[in-house]
Amino acid sequence: MTTVKIDVHHLTRVEGHGDIVIDVQNGEIKTCRFEVVEAPRFFEAFVRGRSYLELSHITSRICGICSVGHATASLRATENALGVEPSEQTVLLRKLNFHGELIDSHVLHTYYLVAPDFLGVGSVIPLIETHREVVERALRIKKLSGDLCAMIGGRHTHPVALTVGGFTHFPTEQELRDMQQRLIDARADMDVTVALFATLPWPEFERETEYVSLHKDDEYAFIDGTIVTSDGFSYPISEYRKVTNEWCVPFSTAKWTKHNRDAYMVGAMARMNNNFDQLHPRAKEAAAKLGLKPLMTNSYLNSAAQVVEMVHCIEDGIEICDRLLTRGIQPEKPVEPATLSGEGAGSCDVPRGILFHNYVYEDGICVRANCIIPTNQNWANVNADMQALLPQIIDKPQDEIRLAMEMLVRAYDPCISCSTHLLNVTFV
Amino acid sequence: MSKPKVAFFDFASCEGCQLTVVDALQTHLDLLDAVEIVQFREAMTEKGEDYAVAFIEGSCTRPSDEARLFKIREQAAVVVALGACAHLGGVNALKNLHPLEDVRQWVYGDKAEWYETYEARPIDAVIQVDAVIPGCPIDREEFVRVVKALLLGKKPPVPDYPLCVECKLKENVCLFHLGKFCLGPVTRAGCGAICPTHGDGCEGCRGLIPHPNENAMKDVLAEAGLTVEEAVARFTMFNTYQVKDRMVEEEAK
Repeated sequence: MTTVKIDVHHLTRVEGHGDIVIDVQNGEIKTCRFEVVEAPRFFEAFVRGRSYLELSHITSRICGICSVGHATASLRATENALGVEPSEQTVLLRKLNFHGELIDSHVLHTYYLVAPDFLGVGSVIPLIETHREVVERALRIKKLSGDLCAMIGGRHTHPVALTVGGFTHFPTEQELRDMQQRLIDARADMDVTVALFATLPWPEFERETEYVSLHKDDEYAFIDGTIVTSDGFSYPISEYRKVTNEWCVPFSTAKWTKHNRDAYMVGAMARMNNNFDQLHPRAKEAAAKLGLKPLMTNSYLNSAAQVVEMVHCIEDGIEICDRLLTRGIQPEKPVEPATLSGEGAGSCDVPRGILFHNYVYEDGICVRANCIIPTNQNWANVNADMQALLPQIIDKPQDEIRLAMEMLVRAYDPCISCSTHLLNVTFV
Repeated sequence: MSKPKVAFFDFASCEGCQLTVVDALQTHLDLLDAVEIVQFREAMTEKGEDYAVAFIEGSCTRPSDEARLFKIREQAAVVVALGACAHLGGVNALKNLHPLEDVRQWVYGDKAEWYETYEARPIDAVIQVDAVIPGCPIDREEFVRVVKALLLGKKPPVPDYPLCVECKLKENVCLFHLGKFCLGPVTRAGCGAICPTHGDGCEGCRGLIPHPNENAMKDVLAEAGLTVEEAVARFTMFNTYQVKDRMVEEEAK
């Protein structure tokens, strides 16, 4: 009978610390799960007592990869709490900044973290020798997206210029023009990227689940909108708790989430499943080349869906630049709050999936905060996938099982620092 | 000469500084010709334990972190604190402003005792640190400068003058003149005054300069109608570990 013992201590090429633990004795699966061992950070507790103007700057520090996403969700929560309606220009600039971060995060994940698995190496570094062209292309796309973020927010990680009601700094018309040209030039790199990822032998594995994302009728939703699920549910952002329903699992103290089933999935694949119609035509072409169409139920394909979203964001970014250049870009004073007390929720569909921030303010001071992170919402589904996959591959050599499991967890692009802004697993 | 072996480690942090290191490769891919990275969990599978230089991101926030830090210190000839969390305690130390029990209860409710945590602290509160790269996040170019200096066996050039120097060189209008608040006069330069340049007051993420001119700062604050207490409170975003005692003193006055 099969006996497998795998303990991947501190899974690599993911953001944060987590362990894969598998224990099979005489063909019986005793344990098969992903455990989070990151240090807890207590953001919700320590933002109490801080000014509404500081919240987006503090909470962007939850995550170095999706700091623009955290800042934007934070600003939307504060603005909803304090009655602030941002201007059209602010909305456009935030979207453009957001696209920059999404491209940056997706290129990091697909090229630096996922591709090495397919090429049989431990990191992107050996690829500099063997696949220099591929690495240089990844670096080019990454530099472009980082520069795009810096043009709007001042720098990519932990943006400076994003503030409640608007911005404290604005790109010039010339900067926008140059950036638009660079986005247009990046199409060639994206074409090659799509072609490259279309050749990768994605592991076969199907397990349908509930897919949760933001939705807007008139655009592929990343900021604001309504919460929708592939099981046909829909909620306003203020009712996010009806979706997240945090719950505890007996073997760890990490809170998980569930909605209509025992688990749901968020992220690029969930967004594409729910919002395929709103993708840019060129992104739909890319999806066709990658063989992706709803309903996708192979979680490994989340990384391929990220490639499609990169194409979308480059195309939509070009169009946003057009709109900004046509209407003209003006320094604007941030919109002042209508009140300094109130409660508000904000949501963005960040690179790893739907994110919620929710604050209560009294006289401009935060008295209560809640942030629900995409990676937390995925934990239950990651574990359900692992448990569904293990019996299918249990007779393979242990190294192959380990790699298949590592690749599965990595496909979710987990952001463990994010997920432990609040939660941690203690071994019991 | 064989290439120095380098390893990256992370404690409580957002890992944004390590990402900035990855980003530095966009323009300095040749760095990889000068050093051999033997451990960098965020980016590679290999885990070498034979390293001479350790870059550490993140704060020490629980007793069990200390053993890991001691082990790194034992192995590495040079330990570099990477970014505000490691250098100062950073935003992690904001929790130190609240009673620890309250923080744990607030987040974990009746499971509070399951979670190991103590006051967040910079790395040099636990082990000796040989060099720092300040900032939240670190500045990409400064990282490259520090690595170059270390490779040449020199002390890394981290400025000890205030941010105002760099801000003036940028020809920015002083934010105090625009009615905004800024910690530039007492904060260590080196970031090119990135926040004031983008219209936002310095939040002190690079730490206090060694000998801040407190009287001049008081004058600036008085002109802007602010008190020392308010300024110190603003400094807590990244420097709670450093200013907490001062706050207690001010409160006692």
